[in-house]
Amino acid sequence: MLTETAQPSLSPIFGRLTLDWIPYHEPILVGTFAGVVLGGLLVLALMSYFRLWGPLWRNWVTTVDHKKIGIMYMILGFVMMVRGFADALMMRLQQAMAAGGVEGYLPPHHYDQVFTAHGVIMIFFVAMAFVTGLMNYVMPLQIGARDVAFPFLNNFSFWMTVAGALLVNISLFIGEFARVGWLAFPPLSGASYSTGPGMDYYLWALQIAGVGTTLSGINMIATVLKMRAPGMKLMDMPIFAWTSLITNVLIVAAFPVLTATLALLTLDRYLDFRFFTNDFGGNPMMYINLIWVWGHPEVYILIIPCFGVISEIVATFSGKPIFGYRTMVWATACIMVLSFVVWLHHFFTMGSGASVNTFFGITTMIIAVPTGVKIFNWLFTMYKGRVRLEVPMLWVIGFLVTFTIGGMSGVLLAVPPVDFQLHNTLFLIAHFHNVIIGGVVFAVYAAVTYWWPKAFGFRLDDTWGRRSFWFWFVGFYFAFMPLYALGLMGVTRRMNAYPDAGWQPYFIVAAFGAVLILLGILSTFAGFYVSIRDRKRLACGRDPWDARTLEWATQSPPAPYNFPEDIRIVGREAFWHMKQTGFKWSGHYRPIHMPKNTATGALISAAALVFGFAMVWYIWWLALLSFAAMLALGIAHTFNYNRDYHIPSDEVTATELKGAAA
Amino acid sequence: MTPRDAELALPDGPAPHAHAVGHDGAEHHHASPTPIGFWIYLMSDCIIFGALFATYAVLGGSYAGGPAPKDLFEPGFVAIETALLLISSVTFGVAMLQAEKGRRDTTLMWLAVTGLFGAGFIGMELYEFRHLVHIGAGPDRSAFLSSFFALVATHGLHVTGGIIWLVTLMAQIRMHGLIEANMRRLSTLSMFWHFLDLVWIGVFSFVYLVRLV
Repeated sequence: MLTETAQPSLSPIFGRLTLDWIPYHEPILVGTFAGVVLGGLLVLALMSYFRLWGPLWRNWVTTVDHKKIGIMYMILGFVMMVRGFADALMMRLQQAMAAGGVEGYLPPHHYDQVFTAHGVIMIFFVAMAFVTGLMNYVMPLQIGARDVAFPFLNNFSFWMTVAGALLVNISLFIGEFARVGWLAFPPLSGASYSTGPGMDYYLWALQIAGVGTTLSGINMIATVLKMRAPGMKLMDMPIFAWTSLITNVLIVAAFPVLTATLALLTLDRYLDFRFFTNDFGGNPMMYINLIWVWGHPEVYILIIPCFGVISEIVATFSGKPIFGYRTMVWATACIMVLSFVVWLHHFFTMGSGASVNTFFGITTMIIAVPTGVKIFNWLFTMYKGRVRLEVPMLWVIGFLVTFTIGGMSGVLLAVPPVDFQLHNTLFLIAHFHNVIIGGVVFAVYAAVTYWWPKAFGFRLDDTWGRRSFWFWFVGFYFAFMPLYALGLMGVTRRMNAYPDAGWQPYFIVAAFGAVLILLGILSTFAGFYVSIRDRKRLACGRDPWDARTLEWATQSPPAPYNFPEDIRIVGREAFWHMKQTGFKWSGHYRPIHMPKNTATGALISAAALVFGFAMVWYIWWLALLSFAAMLALGIAHTFNYNRDYHIPSDEVTATELKGAAA
Repeated sequence: MTPRDAELALPDGPAPHAHAVGHDGAEHHHASPTPIGFWIYLMSDCIIFGALFATYAVLGGSYAGGPAPKDLFEPGFVAIETALLLISSVTFGVAMLQAEKGRRDTTLMWLAVTGLFGAGFIGMELYEFRHLVHIGAGPDRSAFLSSFFALVATHGLHVTGGIIWLVTLMAQIRMHGLIEANMRRLSTLSMFWHFLDLVWIGVFSFVYLVRLV
């Protein structure tokens, strides 16, 4: 492929981008590229044929509506999941083949890019997109708000995340991606050992997306603190709104550390700084500490909103209020604090001595206590409830079983002497997939099935939903239980080939599991297709699940203003009690104050994408130009004082009548 | 409500209910979320500086055979630089007082003075950086110098951003006067400016003073 050592002189126009960096001699990539181009052309043609460009721009790209932004985050998550899962299938296939001297079909330099891209995409652009999308869509509705605190900022955050995702995907066809693992430890990720553009794609993609995530975190905290319906106290909020608040506190506290850490590595790579180099006093372990100071809270950023999802669904489908509301809130808050004092368990083998390792081992085991409290609260909510085994509830039960197993293997790893045996083995890989698939993915699927009727006005097809669940659930155990066994045998992670043919049967079983998960994903998309096709049959009203929280008081899908008038809230489970008391809207509405759409967020993010690309390839003139464009667009936006409008009261009345008739 | 539902409803807390605030009740207006949102942003920025301070704490002694703080920093120079920034905070305070009295032109005048002091600070900082690079004490010399440059320059970039914001806001105040939106912007910028002052006091004590003692 590419000779990385030869550093040709920079072209003033194209920087270090030359034709050699286009991987036209790699059949896999050329095939993928052809597929992407054909698919892309098909979409472009269809969009033009049905004249959808205008509506797409007006209703989606420039929207500041938290519901539409939430839906776009979910779409981003599913699209990127396809990409990340394709990487996973490639790895499973490679490892199923490459035993006992067989090399398989992926050479090491390609395999290393695949596992790096898989990790980066799944964490930053799948799991993060999913949980941010859910919080965006559901949380403002649950607290009775019209929108988030800063609607423009919300649009901007989303498009920055998209810009980061695009940069990762561009690396597939122009240049290469990093070959350093998802957290890019130096000195491997430093200038001396990663000379190509792959590592720079990594840095700029995450930096751009990270800006979006931090701003979105600030936005959501301000939303919970300032935008709640009159009368709703913090302790009246649904659990999902609580977990959203706590997650976003974690985002605001942790993501700046990532920003700083990646910036330092960028300085090392671009300007010969000496933070993490082997010479001139640099200290690579400093990076590893810093990145995990962000990295451990990050895994809780992913799972805590999922705890909220499970709480909502368990209460609804058990027909009971959540058991132990207060303990649920306090357990989440405890996890929030504890997640900042466990980071060193990711590298017990650094050799910081018995006392330091003991401290972090104990804090890690303590964090299992509040998590256990939650598991028992969910079980006690189901206890003596009238449990309805609808599809969301299936995912919840799958979550409870699988996440608990994953949590327990985590407690095993928290014991430092055990960790010395298992560090960087497939046991660890099995553990974190066990909590991220069994935790985050299952909860996200539960949430999508549960809130889909709210977002679109019809349910998801039941049969395809059940198929998807069973393929995912069974596929997960086939794919990852063998990895626990392999890890105990000492098989390390990130190997593209291995000498011991005795391991091969386990890898083949794991590959079979991955195929089952593929069927699960295909069932999901088939389910989306069938449900959209049969939307008349599946149509539903405001409250298809007999639910308990305020989002179900709105129309399905909710009107742009969410609630036609303010509701005064007293106590928890507002909607449940509205139903008991026969609540009705007054029918006489006042004009509603709303934010206007704006293109600024999408435009600045487009400039950020160009900026990232230019920095990766050392195209300095373009970097300067795009940076100036970002600045100019941002400043120009502040000169616009005309940012809102009113929906007239008769329009509100008409919308509400139409919703009541539906 | 069936008996079973009644039995299951809310084990703790007062019996909740909800009612719409009818059309004759005023629509509830939330106070602007901007101040609290900006506070939260400042806290996130504070954590970026925290990470940079931590890096300086760990790597600040790694001279790699190169120059140490004693060889590089001149207390007099840094004292003047600090004074410029501190005075700019005072003048910003005066501008805020004038703005609250609704005096547009004096507000603009004091904001301009603030900007000039800020620019003076940045000018001195750039001069110091240029001097250090010139004598071979650039950020590539040692991990100590890398962490010094990263910390101080990040603060300097913030001040530069603050000056750009200040100039923009001055233009907007000229155009629209001291309207509510501009007053809100002025008070957020003032929070930002004082925050940078506070961070600089940290830099001054932790980087310059401690190492010189």
